[in-house]
Amino acid sequence: MSLEQFKNRNVGTQNYVKLDLDHTPTSGWCQFKQVVKRTFKPELFVGLWVTLREMINALFRGKMHTTQYPFEKLPISPRYRAIHDMLRLLESGHYRCIGCGLCEKICIANCITMETRYDENQRKEVSEYTINFGRCIFCGYCAEVCPELAIVHGQRYETASEQRASFSLFEDMLTPIDQLNLQQEYQGFGAVSPNADENIKKTPLAY
Amino acid sequence: METATMLPEVTAAGVIIKAVLILAVIAAIAGFGTYIERKVLAFMQRRLGPQHVGPFGLLQLAADGIKLFTKEDIIPQHANKIIFAVAPVITAATAFIALAAVPVFPDFTIPLLDIYVPSIASDVNVGILFVLGMMAAGLYGPLLAGMAQANKWGIIGSARTAIQFLSYEVVTGLSILAPIMMVGSLSFVDFNNYQADGTWIVVYQPVAFVLFLIAGYAETNRTPFDLLEHEAEIVSGYVTEYSGMRWGLFFIGEYANMITIGVIASIVFLGGYNDFWIFPGWLMIIAKIAFSFFFMLWVRAAWPHIRPDQLMWLCWKVLMPLAVVNVVITGIVMMIVG
Repeated sequence: MSLEQFKNRNVGTQNYVKLDLDHTPTSGWCQFKQVVKRTFKPELFVGLWVTLREMINALFRGKMHTTQYPFEKLPISPRYRAIHDMLRLLESGHYRCIGCGLCEKICIANCITMETRYDENQRKEVSEYTINFGRCIFCGYCAEVCPELAIVHGQRYETASEQRASFSLFEDMLTPIDQLNLQQEYQGFGAVSPNADENIKKTPLAY
Repeated sequence: METATMLPEVTAAGVIIKAVLILAVIAAIAGFGTYIERKVLAFMQRRLGPQHVGPFGLLQLAADGIKLFTKEDIIPQHANKIIFAVAPVITAATAFIALAAVPVFPDFTIPLLDIYVPSIASDVNVGILFVLGMMAAGLYGPLLAGMAQANKWGIIGSARTAIQFLSYEVVTGLSILAPIMMVGSLSFVDFNNYQADGTWIVVYQPVAFVLFLIAGYAETNRTPFDLLEHEAEIVSGYVTEYSGMRWGLFFIGEYANMITIGVIASIVFLGGYNDFWIFPGWLMIIAKIAFSFFFMLWVRAAWPHIRPDQLMWLCWKVLMPLAVVNVVITGIVMMIVG
């Protein structure tokens, strides 16, 4: 599903029919004519036909409108902001997070907690990372500020659970290593724009 | 039951079997009707309707029954307890008593016991009068229910019952008077035999047929005239304070009345249980009743409610004069032709 489909806010068919309203009757004769016209106009049967047509459409032409929700789900926009995902580098499989702490700093709900340390190669390593989803307002600032596109918003919107902890640990949000080939780039807030390559310029070093 | 002996081979056992049959089958169909109604309305709105309990949601009926039977039976503190308890029974009972004089299924003989089961439990010679009178007596159900429950919505509901049922009783009577004049009898069997040549009375009396349908919908409290318990205006009208099986009785009565109206329309106007082309009579009458039932649901899906003042306007300024004119014209034509 492409983004454009979600950007179109004009949901209807746009085939509006303007009502052709008659003038209010002025004399008794006009009123009588209106009553006769309304009496013998087959408008009631138009209503009957419309409902019957919809029934035929639903039953025999596969136009049933119901989505049987727990069994089938509607596609949601790739920009939807649900439970976070932690992405991995496609080449090495290592998590992308560099432990810079920007998401923790920018989080306006103060729900991100992270602890980092230097590993044996003197690289930053994330030793503790949790998001308190009782506080998170899903504003998307963390995904926007992340320089590595490491923390993004995912598509898991069914967040009813017995324990907050079933979502909020780093390992739970991290892409499973065996599903690395299925990892999707996030299209939303903070993502690289589609024409990013054209916008790359050499860093001006004239000064 | 004495009049039932007019047919020679009818015995008391046959009549009792017939009565039990009517009670069991119509009560079951009335319950099943709620399922059909929900399904048909759902399809017309491109929804699925009940479908999780049993195959195609067929057991939804059982689930509803269990719910109704096990629900707490609440009688409000300031209600008149006796009348409150009796009112639903009046609705259900009158609906079933009305079915006693209506030919519902074809007659048959139980093979081994050799008991003849007639098509009518009681073939009174004033059948139409009896049925219409019984349905009119059914107005006491909603009326007393609304007045007994010490609830303002109930009071409004019962007031609407009084005006709607009483007014449309006039239209029912006058509209069905014209076919009665043509046939010259009040017995359903005579109506059926009158149309045995294949010409339905609706051909001669289209206006009376339409008037009877409109009035019938008003008397069975069906949607274009569903003002007694109009949810958008008066919570639930006369059933506001009812719960559990007492509430369920009102609906069994309403659906039984819908079937009765279907039967009357089929027999009086649509050719009754006569054979039609290659179709046997029993199939024809079932098809006609089923279509009449379906048409009630169809109308409910298609047409909006009307206001109480529009209801009265329609009854007294349009339908009643039309019915009178129809009766007069029928009389004049009968005088000239016959």
